[in-house]
Amino acid sequence: MDDVVIQTNALTKTYESGSNSVHALRGIDLTVHRGEFIAVMGTSGSGKSTLMNVLGCLDTPTSGNYLLDGVHIETLDKNQLAAIRNEKIGFVFQGFNLLARTSALENVELPLLYDRSGRKRDTKAMAIAALGRVGLGDRLNHQPSELSGGQQQRVAIARALVTEPALVLADEPTGNLDSRTSIEVMALFQALNEQGITVVLVTHEPDVAVYAKRIVEVRDGRIRRDAPVKNRHNAAEDLAAAELLPDDDLVAGPSAADAAAGGGASTEKAAAVSSGERSVA
Amino acid sequence: MKLMTLVKLALQAIRKNKMRATLTMLGIIIGVAAVIVMVAVGYGARSRIKEQINNLGTNMIVITPGASTQGGVSQGAQAFATLTIDDVTKVRAEAQYVTAISPVVVSRMQVVTPQGNWRTAINGVDTDYQTIRNWAAADGAFFGPDDVRSSRTVAVLGRTVAQRLFADNEPVGQEVQIGNVPFTIVGVLAPKGQTASGTDSDDVILVPYTTASTRLSGKPRIPQIIASAGSAQDIPAAQDEVRALVREAHHLTQNDDDDFTVKNQNELADAAASSTNVMTLLMAAIASISLLVGGIGIMNIMLVSVTERTREIGIRLAIGARGSDVLTQFLVESIVMGVIGGAIGLLTGVIGAKVLGHFTGWETAISPLIMVVSIGFSGAVGVFFGYYPARKAAALNPIEALRYE
Repeated sequence: MDDVVIQTNALTKTYESGSNSVHALRGIDLTVHRGEFIAVMGTSGSGKSTLMNVLGCLDTPTSGNYLLDGVHIETLDKNQLAAIRNEKIGFVFQGFNLLARTSALENVELPLLYDRSGRKRDTKAMAIAALGRVGLGDRLNHQPSELSGGQQQRVAIARALVTEPALVLADEPTGNLDSRTSIEVMALFQALNEQGITVVLVTHEPDVAVYAKRIVEVRDGRIRRDAPVKNRHNAAEDLAAAELLPDDDLVAGPSAADAAAGGGASTEKAAAVSSGERSVA
Repeated sequence: MKLMTLVKLALQAIRKNKMRATLTMLGIIIGVAAVIVMVAVGYGARSRIKEQINNLGTNMIVITPGASTQGGVSQGAQAFATLTIDDVTKVRAEAQYVTAISPVVVSRMQVVTPQGNWRTAINGVDTDYQTIRNWAAADGAFFGPDDVRSSRTVAVLGRTVAQRLFADNEPVGQEVQIGNVPFTIVGVLAPKGQTASGTDSDDVILVPYTTASTRLSGKPRIPQIIASAGSAQDIPAAQDEVRALVREAHHLTQNDDDDFTVKNQNELADAAASSTNVMTLLMAAIASISLLVGGIGIMNIMLVSVTERTREIGIRLAIGARGSDVLTQFLVESIVMGVIGGAIGLLTGVIGAKVLGHFTGWETAISPLIMVVSIGFSGAVGVFFGYYPARKAAALNPIEALRYE
């Protein structure tokens, strides 16, 4: 059991709105082991956001069991959930969600200030280390408005890492980024995953999901598919390949990249949507 | 989170909206400044009144007729002229704690000299009067016991009267006609200035009370007797003694109420100060309303702030802040806002009081206590009016807060 980070058993979530109830989750059984990199996919309304909220301990399930890093979440009260979020989960959001007019360092330091275990002493040094890990050691005192989107997201990732959580939960982390920056961020996630960090990525973009090791597809509140990623992409290699191309082609051009790559297409879906440089597998 | 971190956070938040924070604090600033100025001026006014009353005389006791009950109906002070010269004689003869005593027979009359004429108060007094009032003649001399005993027509002029009647000439030795009776001026009193109520103490002529009652008014009764106790500590004993002796002189039995009133000058001072107390109270009420309005302003801005920062609250909750953490954060912010407002108000008030004192010549005094209280009260306003918005912030659902645009 030690290497199991997430284990859910018949997890359901029902929202009552007036007389009718909405079944957002209808029984989710999911196990995530330490060191996994999972992409939770689904269209809007599929229940993936609800799943992410429950997995992130922002919401409690209506029924079923959720074991996170050995802790039964369904029995916890609000304050205990806050403590679990603080200690065991690192969040990365689509909109970065950094505090405006607050330096990168202070943003990353923030979770440590809410730590009640008393273990985290030198919060500043820890924050500096976390920013170093995401390659922003030279941007400590920059405010979010002085950073690019990709840099902001890296600050957010540093904030997620600083507490050394059991799980990094990323909700559409590339949704507000251009495709090149998206690959950079995914490269960072892959690198962190290589270092042993468990990542759960929620996305609706197949070409982002291909960087994960395993894809869990949610539809109508149930897991429809749960399979390892065939032809997993390496974001670092994709970036290296992209370096050879003019910037315009990064976003638009499929043809040149296809030629350069020799067409190592991954899944049907991924290949269809992915831009050229990513097909270099 | 540590308190210092919270205060720093609050200051950051306030600095982000300087203009708004300043306007919000304005209510508190005005309220506190008003309190400080009012208390300072009120205190100054009170001490001024006390000083003026003390200027009246030395360890003075005042006996006035009245405050008697006639057939169950309270008559109020001075309703009946019940004091007589026998009361004075008895007290002078038998009292141990009373060192000086003098009746005061008051009338207003037209006075005439060849140089001019004037209407003024004619006080018939005994020679002890100058001791009790600590008021000696600057030119010439006060009339003596012989003058009193023989009801001589001699007069001592107050400084104002002397100026009115004689301008620059020397009045001592000249004559003044009071009513139709010519009086010889034997002295001019030292100037004493205004009384607490603003009347001119120096606008008076003193004559022997015997002369006043026989030659001028013919009144056998006395509207006021003033006396001096040996020392400040003796005042209560002297008061009791006078009361007992006058009761005896008036043949009052145990069941009778006093038909006269004995007061010391401190009581007179308190009575005079009570009117300023009412004013101070009124101003304090106005200031409290200002603080209340200021508090509502803080509440309003904190509510706006909570709405504006819904996303921030969501982030904090998501990364592990408890509801209580958020509550404390916003509460500290409103407290800091209140205290800063209070501090600025205090500074404004102190400067205002000084400026007002400088231009009006009023004495102002600011006690450290009122400073501490006003700052503390501002903080309390912050707590009281910040609690509801803070509570609202703490109760936010992290999911909805994060989604808030």
